[in-house]
Amino acid sequence: MSEAGHSQTVSLQAISLSKHFGGLSAVADVSLDVHSDEIHAVIGPNGAGKSTLINLLSGDMQASAGAIMLDGRNVTRLAAERRAGAGMGRSYQKTTIFQQSSVYQNVRLAAQAHSKAPLRMFGSAMSDVAVNDAAHAALVRTGLASRAAMPANKLSHGEQRQLEIAMVLATGPRIILLDEPLAGMGLQEARRIVDLIASLREGHAVLLVEHDMDAVFELADRLTVMQDGRVIASGLPGEVRTDPAVRAAYLGAHGGADGGAA
Amino acid sequence: MAAYRTIIAVAVLLAVALALPFTVPTYYVQFASKVLIMGILAMALNLVVGFGGLVSLCHAAFFGLGGYALALATPKYDPASFFVSFPFAVGSAALAALIIGALALRTRGVYFIMVTLAFGEMLFFLFHDTAIAGGSDGTFINYKPEVAIAGTMLLDLDRPLVFYFAVLTCLLATIALLTMLVRSPFGHALAAARDNERRARSLGFPIFRLRLTAFVISGAIAGVAGYLAAAQFGYVAPQMLGWHLSATVLVMVLIGGLRSVAGPLIGAFVLLGLEEVLKTATEYWKLIEGLVVIAIVLALPDGMRHLLIAAFGPANDDTPTVTSVAEAKHV
Ligand SMILES: Nc1ncnc2c1ncn2[C@@H]1O[C@H](COP(=O)(O)OP(=O)(O)OP(=O)(O)O)[C@@H](O)[C@H]1O
Ligand SMILES: [Mg+2]
Repeated sequence: MSEAGHSQTVSLQAISLSKHFGGLSAVADVSLDVHSDEIHAVIGPNGAGKSTLINLLSGDMQASAGAIMLDGRNVTRLAAERRAGAGMGRSYQKTTIFQQSSVYQNVRLAAQAHSKAPLRMFGSAMSDVAVNDAAHAALVRTGLASRAAMPANKLSHGEQRQLEIAMVLATGPRIILLDEPLAGMGLQEARRIVDLIASLREGHAVLLVEHDMDAVFELADRLTVMQDGRVIASGLPGEVRTDPAVRAAYLGAHGGADGGAA
Repeated sequence: MAAYRTIIAVAVLLAVALALPFTVPTYYVQFASKVLIMGILAMALNLVVGFGGLVSLCHAAFFGLGGYALALATPKYDPASFFVSFPFAVGSAALAALIIGALALRTRGVYFIMVTLAFGEMLFFLFHDTAIAGGSDGTFINYKPEVAIAGTMLLDLDRPLVFYFAVLTCLLATIALLTMLVRSPFGHALAAARDNERRARSLGFPIFRLRLTAFVISGAIAGVAGYLAAAQFGYVAPQMLGWHLSATVLVMVLIGGLRSVAGPLIGAFVLLGLEEVLKTATEYWKLIEGLVVIAIVLALPDGMRHLLIAAFGPANDDTPTVTSVAEAKHV
């Protein structure tokens, strides 16, 4: 797994992506690939532009410059919901769930969005067998099955983070963008989710933004380091880890605070 | 248990609705028809306000268009055919909703309210300031629409009793249609977009299309209500399209509750009933009605809360922007 196979297909590709907020370049000239059957981790200090990069890739934000290719197709101007329809799923750093609905309803909606007739106007939404199965499976995989009936806003913070991931799974995506999935989770929950992410490698292209360095070095097949909106290093985790620029700019300065795996 | 009680309540209400015209004077049959018609309008509005989270202030315009369509389709000395005028009325309202919705749904929250208000007023002035159907004076509809096939009269809408049952049928059809929609995948997706637009979008729901569809269906049903109202009163005037009526219907929705299909019907009953009682009791009835409405709405903070959320967004709806900045700072 650590020889990031160059023969693999590129699922998602960012080409010289930039995003400006007024005078600030949150993302500046970033190029990177995410292959299927691969976990590509992106790390960097706070404010490096990681979340903005995910927002550009998912379509939540429009790029100021550059291009995004999805399976060889230019999707730079495609709306977020169309990219989701094309097989992209994402989680948010700040939990973004349907707070008032039950846990089950949250994942059911996710599964419905990718069902055969997501907007059918007759018949009960609750009785689609395929949708219910997908929703249930996502809850089991994330360890939330026992919480199905609970309102989402009654979950613990860690469980809400799990639900965030369960919703991504329930859409059955091929390309998965995860923005700090482990943030705010307890040790046990985090372990479960790390194993879950590892199991996603096969059959998916995963872009993982994460501050937990132990998890990053356990999961990543490839590693990209960002700082001030730019990519300062990219390659195999072992190489990047010893890159002097990275040590100086990131791991050196912040290693202790960020888990100090380096 | 709860379901059992609901069934009984519905059965009782239906029995009352069926027996009513045989037990009260004609005046009250007509009053009941009016309540049901406004109930249809309020339920239509609630599809977008309650279930879609979109506070529209132009639904009176769709209502008025339905009425004006009947007025324009009715010749001076003959009744219009129901089978021609009804589709024309509903189609006109739906088309207006499609055009207004397609433009207004590009905005959010307070801006959406203001844009719908502006479009509603545009239609009001279209009928107020031009010579269409009598201008600001409005116009009479001398004959109720004729429900006839090949010369055989099926229903005589001139009889208050028959008219009442026609309205009741439309009301039940509206409840059935809206209930079906709200429970369907479409309805769940619409509510998801209301609760968390960003998440609904990233799951893959086409938010704009969802909302526009709901808006058009809602506008079309409002057109049905307007058609019935015009037929009942035999008269249309520009006030039918104005914001004052839009706001009144919004109050009915608030009183009845934003989360149920038939709730707004109760709101219509309460508001029109109140008006009826106060009118006979005092000449300052408008003032008192206003005070009572304010009291009711304040006493129902839930409705108000939902409305404020629709207009201004949930209290803790951080955009990712704000969050990222905040978290970048405190981490
Ligand atoms: N919508 C926005 N408007 C203005 N500035 C923004 C916006 N979103 C992000 N920024 C800024 O862009 C920069 C990159 O932010 P971003 O959230 O992408 O960083 P990050 O790498 O995800 O940080 P963290 O590790 O704290 O999550 C920051 O300086 C942030 O303040
Ligand atoms: Mg971030």
